[in-house]
Amino acid sequence: MTTTDSPPDAKPGRLKPPTRRRNHGDTERGFSRVFRWITTGSGAFLLLVLAAVAVFLIARGLPALTASPEELSGKGGLPTGMNSLWDLVGPLVFGTLLAAAMALLLATPVAIGIALFISHYAPRRAASVIGYVIDLLAAIPSVVFGLWGGRTLAPIISDVWVWIAGVLDFLPFWTVNVTNTGRSLATASVVLAVMVLPIITAVSREVFLQTPTLHEEAALALGATRWEMIRTAVLPFGRSGVISAAMLGLGRALGETMAVLMILSPGILYSFQIFDSGQQQTIAAFIASRFAEASGLAVNVLIATGLALFVITMVVNMGARAIVARRKEFSGAN
Amino acid sequence: MSATTSITDDAGAVERTRALLTSADTGRRRTDRAMTVLIYGAFTLAVIPLVSLLWTVVVNGIERFNGDFLFTSMRGVFGGMDMGGAYHAAVGTLMITLTATVISVPIGLLVAIYLVEYGRGALARATTFFVDVMTGIPSIVAGLFAFALFTIFLGPGAKLGIIAAVALSVLMIPVVVRSCEEMLKLVPNELREASYALGVPKWLTIVRVVLRTSVAGITTGVLLSIARVIGETAPILITAGVSDSINFNPFDGRMMTLPVYIFSQYRQGPVPCREDALDCLVGINFDRAWAAALLLIIIVMLLNLIGRLVTRWFSPKLR
Repeated sequence: MTTTDSPPDAKPGRLKPPTRRRNHGDTERGFSRVFRWITTGSGAFLLLVLAAVAVFLIARGLPALTASPEELSGKGGLPTGMNSLWDLVGPLVFGTLLAAAMALLLATPVAIGIALFISHYAPRRAASVIGYVIDLLAAIPSVVFGLWGGRTLAPIISDVWVWIAGVLDFLPFWTVNVTNTGRSLATASVVLAVMVLPIITAVSREVFLQTPTLHEEAALALGATRWEMIRTAVLPFGRSGVISAAMLGLGRALGETMAVLMILSPGILYSFQIFDSGQQQTIAAFIASRFAEASGLAVNVLIATGLALFVITMVVNMGARAIVARRKEFSGAN
Repeated sequence: MSATTSITDDAGAVERTRALLTSADTGRRRTDRAMTVLIYGAFTLAVIPLVSLLWTVVVNGIERFNGDFLFTSMRGVFGGMDMGGAYHAAVGTLMITLTATVISVPIGLLVAIYLVEYGRGALARATTFFVDVMTGIPSIVAGLFAFALFTIFLGPGAKLGIIAAVALSVLMIPVVVRSCEEMLKLVPNELREASYALGVPKWLTIVRVVLRTSVAGITTGVLLSIARVIGETAPILITAGVSDSINFNPFDGRMMTLPVYIFSQYRQGPVPCREDALDCLVGINFDRAWAAALLLIIIVMLLNLIGRLVTRWFSPKLR
């Protein structure tokens, strides 16, 4: 971040650590040195924890990866008809990605709208209150979202799904099945969308607020309306920020357990019937629903599916963070 | 130039030019107005679920939300009995969250100090990056990790509060690091330099000057991170299990927490009552779930509120 304002002669600073070490030797005596070791050690410990998460998941998931099909369908607790781990993980990954993608599709436009509302439309005094209200949405525990989604939202929204399915009925090659209970992936995705809304809003808002005022004023001076100013100055500036915000939201939606577990009536299929029940399931909800009864190899199977989830979310999150980090270095804002 | 002077000469021309400039592009203005409506609409759309959720939780939860509910456990409660409460879950939540806080705050604070005061080179860059990545670990994966770690020593089927606390710590540490780091960065360098100039060693400067200055912000960060993990369900469900009894000891036996309580009550669903049963309530499980949800939301909101007030009241006035 601060690489730009370091003096030019500090550039080959990596080449001359000896002077720095001597400085430390001069000023750091007694407990100061111990304190530096302690803090540095805790930084390293944090990396160790993350590595340990990966190592333990791999170590405990490995028996499931190497087990024979007979063992898996017997002791491994695979659903009937499945004889390899991929038969289980494949549809679960599919369901997870489908649910998260739909949630993102619903949440991102709304989140951008709210972020613009806070950064460029709302009066300044109101903006902070609105920001607080959106943060409130982030503070609500996921299990309460699940309770609300299962008891309140699902019965109401099922009418909407029935209506949409009726409208889509003209499609010749695809029959849209719909459940009356509302316990479908579509409902779960709506709740997921509400849950990822705050994080996408928060990051986008920060980026939009960083838009150079000169760009905005230049656009307005050329006669642009407010929307044209946003389209020509704010959105291009914030594009990479919005992308990374959406990816952070995706990471959250992928790993969300309770909302899906409490709303969705699960099945393990490759299915695009998002309005029907008993079709898809996500990895996280699958683990939570099976873990209590699992033992022996079945636990290893569940941990292996958890490993798949871990890898997917890590890739998404690291991608998002890399974009954010790149943006910080190359944007003209600082 | 000449055009402007001629316009200012003629009042009618001014009017005409103004009209031209303001109304010529009806299409553009219409787009602008449509987008304004859309953006206000987006905000309204986000408020609807928030209001609906808070409203249903309060309305459905307030009925059972009384002293009886708060101070009885579910021990010996079955069927549609008009009894039972969330005391054991509240105790479990308190103990597990407290243990997680005791683990996370020192580590998180030390990492934040490292990043702000000492952080140079590859290790610091890696730590910063992976702290961000860790905030994205799915909560259930953290639960699986803690389970995998502890069952090596304790054997399969171990369900303890401390395992849940470790799982929560994995989720909590990055949040604590992030917020403490922000707060430590806010401490002006002049304070550190003044302290060094007086010959105070670096560690004492950090403890007595930097931490002292940012204590309000750090408290806020810790409270908000507690508020974040107190509502976690999935990792606790698979590490501390489900229990009907009061358990204060995180090192011995299963523990219930409020989120898991909500989930297990929800999962039990409506009670199949006999026609002639007088003391059997069909929706008792859902009622308990709503009441516990209300309690949980009150706790989370209080933590958020106190966190924000601490900053407002106790932060040093820097300017």
